[in-house]
Amino acid sequence: MTDMVYGPVVSAPSEPVLPRWWRTVDRWTLAAVGGLFLIGLLLGFAASPPLASRNGLDPFHYVSRQAVFGCLGLGVMVIVSMMPVRMIRRWAVLGFVCAVIAIALLPVLGTDFNKGAYRWYSLGFISLQPSEFLKPTFVIFTAWMMAASYDLNGPPGRSLSFVVAVALTLILALQPDFGQASLILGAWGVIYFVAGANLVVLIGLAACVMVAGMIAYQNSEHVARRVDGFLNPEVDPTTQLGYATNAIQEGGFLGVGVGEGTVKWSLPDAHTDFIIAVAAEEYGLIMCLVIIALYLTIVLRALFRLIKERDPFIRLAGTGLACLFGMQAAINLGVAVRLLPAKGMTLPFVSYGGSSLLAAGLATGMLLALTRVRPQDAMSEIIGRGR
Amino acid sequence: MIRRPLRPLARILAARSSGENPDQIEAEARAERMRAKLRAERQRAEIRLVLLAGVFLIGFGAVGMRMGVLAASEPQEPARAGSDAGIIAQRANIVDRNGAILATNLATYSLYAQPHHMIDKTAAAKGLADIFPDLDAEMLKIRFNAGTKFLWIKRTISPEQRQLVHDLGEPGLQFGPREVRLYPNGPVAAHILGGTGFGREGVHAAEVIGVAGIERTFDARLRDPANAERPLELSIDLSVQAAVERVLSGGMRLFHAKGASAVLMEADTGQIISLASLPDFDPNDRPRPALEGDPADSPLFNRASQGLYELGSTFKLFTAAQALDTGQANVNTVIDTKGPLKWGRFTIRDFHNYGPRLSLMDVMVKSSNIGTARLAIGAGTARQQAFLKQLGFMEKLPIELPEAGRSKPLLPKNWSELSTMTISYGHGIAATPVHLASAYASLLNGGIKVTPSLLKDTTQPVEERVVSERTSRELREILYQVVERGTASFGAVDGYKVGGKTGTADKPKHTGGYHKDKVIATFAAAFPIDDPKYVLVVTLDEPEDRSGREPRRTAGWTAVPVTSEIIRRIAPLMNLRPSPKEAPAPAAGPLQTSN
Repeated sequence: MTDMVYGPVVSAPSEPVLPRWWRTVDRWTLAAVGGLFLIGLLLGFAASPPLASRNGLDPFHYVSRQAVFGCLGLGVMVIVSMMPVRMIRRWAVLGFVCAVIAIALLPVLGTDFNKGAYRWYSLGFISLQPSEFLKPTFVIFTAWMMAASYDLNGPPGRSLSFVVAVALTLILALQPDFGQASLILGAWGVIYFVAGANLVVLIGLAACVMVAGMIAYQNSEHVARRVDGFLNPEVDPTTQLGYATNAIQEGGFLGVGVGEGTVKWSLPDAHTDFIIAVAAEEYGLIMCLVIIALYLTIVLRALFRLIKERDPFIRLAGTGLACLFGMQAAINLGVAVRLLPAKGMTLPFVSYGGSSLLAAGLATGMLLALTRVRPQDAMSEIIGRGR
Repeated sequence: MIRRPLRPLARILAARSSGENPDQIEAEARAERMRAKLRAERQRAEIRLVLLAGVFLIGFGAVGMRMGVLAASEPQEPARAGSDAGIIAQRANIVDRNGAILATNLATYSLYAQPHHMIDKTAAAKGLADIFPDLDAEMLKIRFNAGTKFLWIKRTISPEQRQLVHDLGEPGLQFGPREVRLYPNGPVAAHILGGTGFGREGVHAAEVIGVAGIERTFDARLRDPANAERPLELSIDLSVQAAVERVLSGGMRLFHAKGASAVLMEADTGQIISLASLPDFDPNDRPRPALEGDPADSPLFNRASQGLYELGSTFKLFTAAQALDTGQANVNTVIDTKGPLKWGRFTIRDFHNYGPRLSLMDVMVKSSNIGTARLAIGAGTARQQAFLKQLGFMEKLPIELPEAGRSKPLLPKNWSELSTMTISYGHGIAATPVHLASAYASLLNGGIKVTPSLLKDTTQPVEERVVSERTSRELREILYQVVERGTASFGAVDGYKVGGKTGTADKPKHTGGYHKDKVIATFAAAFPIDDPKYVLVVTLDEPEDRSGREPRRTAGWTAVPVTSEIIRRIAPLMNLRPSPKEAPAPAAGPLQTSN
């Protein structure tokens, strides 16, 4: 009927999916992610055989797992980056709800792998850490809420997301997983900042976080020890920090040579949280600078693309994801060089870890989807920017 | 702020009049406001995004810079276990007055095991037992299998042993550098140097701390890294010290003494050139303090500065000095020596009967107890006390050894007139040989009090006169006569004029009273006696000359010949030129024997 009245629907000859994706996606970021993954594999060849031999496994057990999960993660990234923004928002918010439920059930169904903290679900071949998936989906949720608050008669998105952020922070801090908690809080703060935060409120919130940190320092021996270790000018050479510092010093500018490093034998987390120490020792400062440059490329390109973005949700979500990614990398590197107190946090795409790789792929995929080149507002808007 | 109505009234009225829908205009106005708000948000967001980008640039930049700084800095030795932070293992050397090394450091290795890295624990235990005979293979195996990840095997090993352990090829056996204190001269000057032990221990260093002697007194000075290149200079002369110890040990064996000590002091400054105590020990392998028996018999016991002895007739010089200096008598004053001298229930006798009267000179030369006691009683108790106090007999030694704190002489609790008389000839007061040497030096150097010291660079306090120049000269003449024709005639040394005073004191029993057949024989000498440069005090503990028909124990037969042999050996070492003199007829024995 409709056709008869209005004529057939004219479908514009649409561009095929893949060429359009390739044309609009940020290929530099794609390349940087690929580079990071390859570096991670390369370092895994050096860092993980000692652990594999300790656990009585094939020397390259962890490397092959890393390759499998890395390809999986990169695949997820590509697929997600092709999704339309609206689909991403819906699935991510749904995923956020699932992740919150999963975290709430951790004490009942999770395993602690004898590390003292219930953070993982053991699925046999892979152990999943729901908080890894919580972070990017939380960012989407927050951006959605805040963008909605721009609308006339929109929901009070800022307050709502703040309540959720504080609740999640508390849950994670009680696990205890202060690293993820601080990332959640930091991501929320960044989104709120870009969403036009009142600076007085933001500074007040930062002060609250400081107070909370002080309370944690006084009441948690775990936190106190790490902070003391950071404040103490003498590095205790037997701590992870001591080994890492020493490894960087040993490496110098060009490194001691492939496979010649020793830190991987003494550092328990050489293949995960302190992979940068292995990189610094065997490949020297140059490799470290390359890694830093790759992270910086990803973060800065995303931010500069988002500057042009007109849609508040895309802008906020993209900012949140890019900053989450950047903060995680910066904190991991900052700990290794002792600019920050010790904090267990993986280096995205480089560190070994199944759920870390998958979550990083997911987050980066969403970021790529959000930063794709798309038509913006009317020309008048662009021309009228100077007003 | 200008409020604009949501409904632009003028336009709506105009629209109404022209029949258009006013809602359209209202919606347009609303949309325009919305766009303006979003524009404002966007502009703010742009600025803030640039700020964020800047923050990340700075953050990653800081990490990169920090890595660059770290990469450019020198790595420290990685530590495997325990924290060695703060252990400073550089200890300053100790040298003698000529710069010869008395104590230095030697780099060795410690050996420890990390059993979890071992390939074959049984073979390692067996190999170690073969290299170190004091280790037991079975015991080692039990310790390796005890589940610990770290255990010490040897605190210090030699380079040869280290090579042998290397040759075992066992990765679980590891070495840590370990500096040890080395005393290249072995037991020479052992009591002065004392010794060291390990304090805090880490794998890569151990703290060396002084446990006795100079090492302990100057521990802080020696450990201070600022002084690492500045050796501690002692007043000791190594070659003299070695000669003194050698002769003293020979004399001790010859006279079957159970101990001996010698103090050689520079008469003008109080600097101790040599301080020996036998039996001694090797500070490289310092024995543990004996838990039973008399600590005074331990080799660790420093007889010269720690042993409090009744030094006998050597004290008579002080009585004579006091009498001469106060004008109570001169060297020719005749003194009643008729014996025995009864004082209450107590009787004072001489070794021989020297006749009813002697000049003061002869009282000293023949060493008459009665004459000295009469002189002392004439001077009075208070003056004797004051004089001995001036000579340092009321105080502990001021020398730089830890045991000096326990060297306060034993004085009578109730200083009666009888005490005055016995103290005048050296009984009833117990002091260390160093006390005696510094008192002699003070009296003989012209009468200026000296403070004994073991350091090369000491500043003497303000000159304090003990006796007059003239008294000092007379005392030197008296001592010379004692050697020339008195109790110390064995003390003469070819080419050197020696003066001195003997002292033989019965040893007190622990139960009270005195042994009849155990003595402390002392000879306090000065040379060259015309203008004494050095004072030498030699003490032998329970000496016996068994060459005669019956054992002779007096100092004239025992301590004096040892002293003269020491002087004969060391005087050339100290650049004293012998004066040519026709050889005197060899004496058949001391012309006078006395206690």
